[in-house]
Amino acid sequence: MYQIENVSKTYTQGKRTVHALRDVSLRIADGELLSVQGPTGGGKSTLLQALGGLDRPTSGSIMLDGKDLATMNDAGLTRVRAETVGFVFQNFNLIPTLTAQENVETALVPMGVTKADRARRALEALESVGLGERADHLPGELSGGQQQRVAIARALVKNPTVLLADEPTGNLDEETRDEIIDLLEGLWKEQGLTLVMVTHDSAVAARTPRRIRIAKGRLKELTGS
Amino acid sequence: MFLTYLRRELRNRRKQTAVVAIGLAVAIALVMVVSSVSAGVRDAQADVLESVYGVGTDITVTQNAQPGEGGGFGPGRFDFDAEDGEATDDGTREIAQERLRTSPGTTAFDASALDTVAGLDDVTGVAATLELTSTSFSGEMPDFDQLSEAGEPGAAPGQAGDGDGQGRGQGGPSSFEIDQQTITGINPAADAVGPLTTTEVADGRTFEASDTGADVAVLDAVYAEQEEIAVGDTITVGGTDLEVIGTVASTTGEGVETAANVYLPIDVAATLADMEGQVTTLYVQVDSSSNVEAVSTAIGAQLPDATVSTQADLAEGVSGSLSTAASLVSTLGRWLSVIVLLAAFGLAILFTVSGVNRRTRELGTLKALGWPQRRVVGQIAGESVAQGLIGGVAGVALGGLAVLAVNLSGITLSGSAGAQIGGFGGRGGGPQMGQAMQDAAGEAAGGGPAGFGGGGGGGLTGTVSDVVLHAPVSLWIVVAAVGLAVLGGLVAGVVGGQRAARLRPAEAFRSLA
Ligand SMILES: Nc1ncnc2c1ncn2[C@@H]1O[C@H](COP(=O)(O)OP(=O)(O)OP(=O)(O)O)[C@@H](O)[C@H]1O
Ligand SMILES: [Mg+2]
Repeated sequence: MYQIENVSKTYTQGKRTVHALRDVSLRIADGELLSVQGPTGGGKSTLLQALGGLDRPTSGSIMLDGKDLATMNDAGLTRVRAETVGFVFQNFNLIPTLTAQENVETALVPMGVTKADRARRALEALESVGLGERADHLPGELSGGQQQRVAIARALVKNPTVLLADEPTGNLDEETRDEIIDLLEGLWKEQGLTLVMVTHDSAVAARTPRRIRIAKGRLKELTGS
Repeated sequence: MFLTYLRRELRNRRKQTAVVAIGLAVAIALVMVVSSVSAGVRDAQADVLESVYGVGTDITVTQNAQPGEGGGFGPGRFDFDAEDGEATDDGTREIAQERLRTSPGTTAFDASALDTVAGLDDVTGVAATLELTSTSFSGEMPDFDQLSEAGEPGAAPGQAGDGDGQGRGQGGPSSFEIDQQTITGINPAADAVGPLTTTEVADGRTFEASDTGADVAVLDAVYAEQEEIAVGDTITVGGTDLEVIGTVASTTGEGVETAANVYLPIDVAATLADMEGQVTTLYVQVDSSSNVEAVSTAIGAQLPDATVSTQADLAEGVSGSLSTAASLVSTLGRWLSVIVLLAAFGLAILFTVSGVNRRTRELGTLKALGWPQRRVVGQIAGESVAQGLIGGVAGVALGGLAVLAVNLSGITLSGSAGAQIGGFGGRGGGPQMGQAMQDAAGEAAGGGPAGFGGGGGGGLTGTVSDVVLHAPVSLWIVVAAVGLAVLGGLVAGVVGGQRAARLRPAEAFRSLA
């Protein structure tokens, strides 16, 4: 799926340069479930954003199915985001004025899906995360766990090949956290997704077959694969 | 999704939507009121001008009298000799004199100018008139012979008001009357341009080509009524009896006086005034308004002594509350609407930008979901265009009501035009001043026993017209107003949206939300 070679990312803020990623190389196979751990500021989000085409690395290449995200133009990245990659954000990032169903539908907008199709698929996605009867609720009327389920439904409704989840349980209590992880694990198994999940929670990481750790921009495999 | 999202966002941010929409609405309403009132004032000016210069006149050509030149400067001077008139037994002499001169401040010029102007390019019609003022004096004067016999020098016989003198000097009684009429000689055969084009026949008939050279007159209906002259009666001008063949009324409004009191065939007028081959005013029609300037320049070159006035110049000569309104609308109104419009646009942009900044994270999310930048900007722009549309429609409604209020309140503007023709005395005729000046002239005349100085130089030919302000709302204004509001929204949306949508999603997430 992914073939990442010597990826570095530096941010310059005035005179200071931050090395968020240093010379990271990584291969991710199709259908793999991978957790990324590490201290805060270590570069986890930076890596995930690079994988999702939300940002370009400073150097190196990120091959996704043979195409290099590092050198791709904006239109190309937009297409990748629209079609190939599903992204679950740390703090849900739902649109507050749209209902659960409409939030899910936003992911289908760039795909040019018809209105009726959009509604149907959004509802199905919500049902698959167990929120079918909450489709008409606004995010503000949902609990944190429910909001994250909506975000997951939104990431999955377009049937992406890759699901990238940045601390999907970061804001949730333990019980809800386990529900969400169960859900993601189930979806991963069912749909044959490639799933990369950032977490600072070892209990969550322990459940994934492959674990990596990023600290100070450097990557380290924790499982021996 | 576009509309759902748009509706939700606007409803969710009702306050912001309301503030932006109200701001735009007030600005739009103001622009509407200003533009329709100024259109109304322009119409009113055009009415006033037309009542004097006739329909379709683009340029008038006159010639100013030089001070001291024989021509008609002031109402003229009466010189009475002791031998004038007939002596009566009670020590007075009965005197009647009439002066027929060009109108104050103007002088006649050679009629060949008509052909000169007619020969110019782009001129589609020219008509010449001979505009005269007849001032007649009749009454009794002290008999100077008898006075000197009595050893009394001629003293001021007394004061007079409104031109009617009733006074009693030491030497003897006197009473007299000063009458003034404006007389315009026109070519009976040419009726396309000129002062009669804004008149309609009230009684009898107007001129026909066959009236050339005939001793006939057409009277202003208001004047005829005042003087109790009817069609078929005879009036005397310059010692000649003329048959009144008809009366004409202004098409501008009820009771509005036309440009002159008496209209004569121009050749008759010229003969009476002893001014054969001379004219005082040319009314010029030009094929298109874009050529007016060029034609007026060309006339100026051909006739170096002439005063060439275009409609625009003439409009400046409209005085009275009308001109006050016109300048108020054009300066204050225009600036005010520009300022308010800018403020409303600024407000809309400010609110949109700050609203968008607060939504950076949301917009970043949409981009992360694969929304193209265009789509994101379009969404934001759509929202603010909708806001603009609401503001525009509200503004049109508000502006419509305001214009309605203006129209219902029946504001009456009065303006006088024509003092300008004279040139001398400047804009002497303020609102209603034309008449006042005439009175003043009469008074001045009444003051001295013999030899009257020119009273009011200007304003004598001033026609005062009252016009009720009607501010029209054209479809064009409505469309432009809504368009302006929508444009305001679009600018605000694109400016605001572009900023946020340019960010890469990763950056957008880092912004504080
Ligand atoms: N846009 C940016 N500008 C400047 N510095 C940045 C930017 N984005 C990230 N960084 C820096 O890069 C480093 C890695 O950031 P990143 O968000 O990847 O960390 P993280 O491992 O996800 O941390 P956390 O667990 O707190 O989310 C940090 O030091 C951060 O301050
Ligand atoms: Mg992070």
